[in-house]
Amino acid sequence: MATILFYILSAVAIVATGFCITRRNPVHAVIYLVQGFFALAILFYLLGAPLVAAWEVIIYAGAIMVLFLFVIMMLELAPDDPLPGPGWQRWAPVALLALALLVCSVLLLAVESGKSGIPPYYASPRTFGYALFKEYALAVEVVSFQLLFAAVGAYYVGRNERGRDPGGTP
Amino acid sequence: MIVPVLHVVAVAAILFFMGLACILARRSLIMILIGAEIMLNAAGLVLVAASAYWQRIDGQLFVLFLMAMTSAEVSISLALVVYLRRRQGTVVADDFRKMSG
Repeated sequence: MATILFYILSAVAIVATGFCITRRNPVHAVIYLVQGFFALAILFYLLGAPLVAAWEVIIYAGAIMVLFLFVIMMLELAPDDPLPGPGWQRWAPVALLALALLVCSVLLLAVESGKSGIPPYYASPRTFGYALFKEYALAVEVVSFQLLFAAVGAYYVGRNERGRDPGGTP
Repeated sequence: MIVPVLHVVAVAAILFFMGLACILARRSLIMILIGAEIMLNAAGLVLVAASAYWQRIDGQLFVLFLMAMTSAEVSISLALVVYLRRRQGTVVADDFRKMSG
């Protein structure tokens, strides 16, 4: 059952991401990407990481994508204009890469098929917390510093210069 | 769940490639950032699959660090997008051809 669910959700994630990268309107793209992230969150759950699935929904779909939506709506971005040149010129390197990826994947799957599946690894929150705050305590500190710097940097870059210097030279 | 680890990696590779295609083919800075998000999520899928494959928790921990890193990156880069829009009046990557100080 879970195996069938895995393939269905993989297809959902891939199709939603495919819609996302081809939409001209950025709001539609973000909505499709949120759909793909939900499918990916259930994939994480099936692989035995319910905590990661919750973060995927809360942080990615809930915070980061909504931040994208805020910026898109704040800047009042119009849908992309079509390029003046032919479309195939832009997508040609992508098509080449897709062909290479397809060939590699098919070769690999043909060689390695028949392997047994991986059982999910269910980690209790207790195990998770011990590993996070004992083995990786330094990394947690570094990441918290990084978030602080990002907040300060975003404030610095995004501050309103006109408010600071009213009537000044541009 | 009985899924070969190679199938999970194949799904992640397809997602990663889609993010790369988004970065290569789109012109809007917002869509380029969305492509980076897709690629980072594909990396997270590989990490969780590796965590299940070796029956260790480190992969899931790295996804947490990945998410923290991503939120920092997105906040900074979206602030830069707002800044560029305010300065130059556009978010199309092709329009930023010259770097005048």
